[in-house]
Amino acid sequence: MELLCPAGNLASLKTALNAGADAVYLGLKNDTNARSFAGLNFTPKKLQEAAQYTKQQGKKIFLTINTFPKPGEEKRWYEAVDIAANTGIDALIVADLSLLDYAHSHYPHLPLHLSVQASATNLGALTLYKKEFNIERAVLPRVLSMKQVRDLSKVTPVDLEVFAFGSLCIMAEGRCHLSSYVTGQSPNTGGSCSPAKHVRWQEEGHDRLTRLNEVLIDKSGINEQMGYPVVCKGRYITEQNSVPSHLLESPTSLNTLSLLPELAKANVVSLKIEGRQRSPAYVEQVTTVWRRAIDTYLHDPENYQTQSEWDRALAKVSEGQTTTLGAYERTWQ
Amino acid sequence: MIEKKTMKASLGPIQYCWPKEKINEFYTQVAASNIPLVYLGETICSRRRELKFADYMDLAHMLKASGKEVVISTLALLEAPSEFTELKKQVENGEFTIEANDIGAVQAAKEKHLPFICGPTINNYNLASLKLLHQWGMQRFVMPVELSKHWLNHVIAEEKPTFEIEVLGHGFLPLALSARCFTARQQGLVKDKCQTICIENPKGILVQTQESQSLLRLNGIQTQSAACIDLTSEIASMDKMGIDYFRVSPSGIKCIEKADNLFDGASSVQYQNADLSCNGYWHQEAGFNHL
Repeated sequence: MELLCPAGNLASLKTALNAGADAVYLGLKNDTNARSFAGLNFTPKKLQEAAQYTKQQGKKIFLTINTFPKPGEEKRWYEAVDIAANTGIDALIVADLSLLDYAHSHYPHLPLHLSVQASATNLGALTLYKKEFNIERAVLPRVLSMKQVRDLSKVTPVDLEVFAFGSLCIMAEGRCHLSSYVTGQSPNTGGSCSPAKHVRWQEEGHDRLTRLNEVLIDKSGINEQMGYPVVCKGRYITEQNSVPSHLLESPTSLNTLSLLPELAKANVVSLKIEGRQRSPAYVEQVTTVWRRAIDTYLHDPENYQTQSEWDRALAKVSEGQTTTLGAYERTWQ
Repeated sequence: MIEKKTMKASLGPIQYCWPKEKINEFYTQVAASNIPLVYLGETICSRRRELKFADYMDLAHMLKASGKEVVISTLALLEAPSEFTELKKQVENGEFTIEANDIGAVQAAKEKHLPFICGPTINNYNLASLKLLHQWGMQRFVMPVELSKHWLNHVIAEEKPTFEIEVLGHGFLPLALSARCFTARQQGLVKDKCQTICIENPKGILVQTQESQSLLRLNGIQTQSAACIDLTSEIASMDKMGIDYFRVSPSGIKCIEKADNLFDGASSVQYQNADLSCNGYWHQEAGFNHL
């Protein structure tokens, strides 16, 4: 089982590899990936440096090109594929049909991973991507229960990668328009969910008001721990319930340490850690814990147990300092 | 003289869980209307079983007999193997084209060399992707809701498409899909024992911010916009652009009249709409904006 860690910059990449990541994923410094934030990501030159360092360590490096090419601007996305192919990247993480087609026809030997943004949750979808573009692996959206992952693993024509830890996206990825509905910026086209330029915090007496494009997403105590403001994790009211509550989800992170044996038994090949936008300190903390957990499991699968110190360490870097099994657990759904 | 096709009305699938009698009543009225294209089927949740496959096929035959083109709409989020099995049954119905709302449905149709329509939850963001889908059998696509007039103009400008174009012009916007059932959760129920509680919310549950701004609508595992998209004032320009169908997404029986009278211009009965309306996406802005 591969431990796949996020690298928002070269410092995070080195930290991840030194802390025990088997592979890292990263994006170029433009809107060809869904973490297109200022100060993050790699220029082609930095990408080369990153690839060299990763190779020296005997580890793998994947380039994320998971937004959808805009009409008339497709060139930028095709160039990203060309850059990856010429930099010795080990695999591309892609969502768009036309881009998969481009990569597959121009660089048939460059392995393709289907991005979570392609939202492939079933055998039919995986079959199509395998047959048409010979994808090697698919990243499963965070909407399947553990049983559904297991069922899919028995019939899938490709390797499966799952999200193991990090900020919890509760919608079928790649098909969520909540951000663009409120801000006009979509992860699919603009490269980010809930962009920082639309976020505004306002103090009012003992309350902190969180606004996204002036829409009141949340009202909290000044000292309350808050996650990054996204539409799906706000506090709202309904006709039947005038007490504000997290109607969709509260700020929380996904943590699947306790599912590790089940994920291994389902032949999941890679465990993905979310968080290219997070600091090197986060990457170090999370990678260290997960390395220990995977090694503990592999050493003695039968007696694997999650250790409370691991959970405590991960909770510290989690949104709202709490974690959940998310959709893997049926009762969450 | 250059032949000019004119834009027609279409009626999207019912997004909500309505009782069987209401659905039957709805389509009886649709049959009596002049709406030429009707989409039919459960697209949100496989736990909604008011109508079964055979019931939908009966309705489809009734509508076809009254001169409609009928399309069978399929689930937007396919997770359980049982859902994929049901999908195959829909694809192989032997008579009606399907609306694929998940790439899995595209594969099921393609495998059988059957034509299909791409619904709004298939990610189509450029002409090259649309062309691939067309090669695989796509006859028409419904533009993803977050895209704009500008986007569409650009796609059409590159090349005159050989497939048809449909745009959601009226109704609540499908914004997101989750594994979690928000309606059940709101009622303190778990999804596996939900008692099909969605049936009590024929237009979903309206969600407002703490400043009473209407924002979203919870409809089972789907999140919709609180505001209703309304592009009726754009009809003339949409027609000129070459859009083939203007989709009305049902929110109640009254929308049949809306779809039926779309092109009557000023003489039409003004549809009284108490809901907020929006058109931001069409103008390349935040979806909830109204310009």
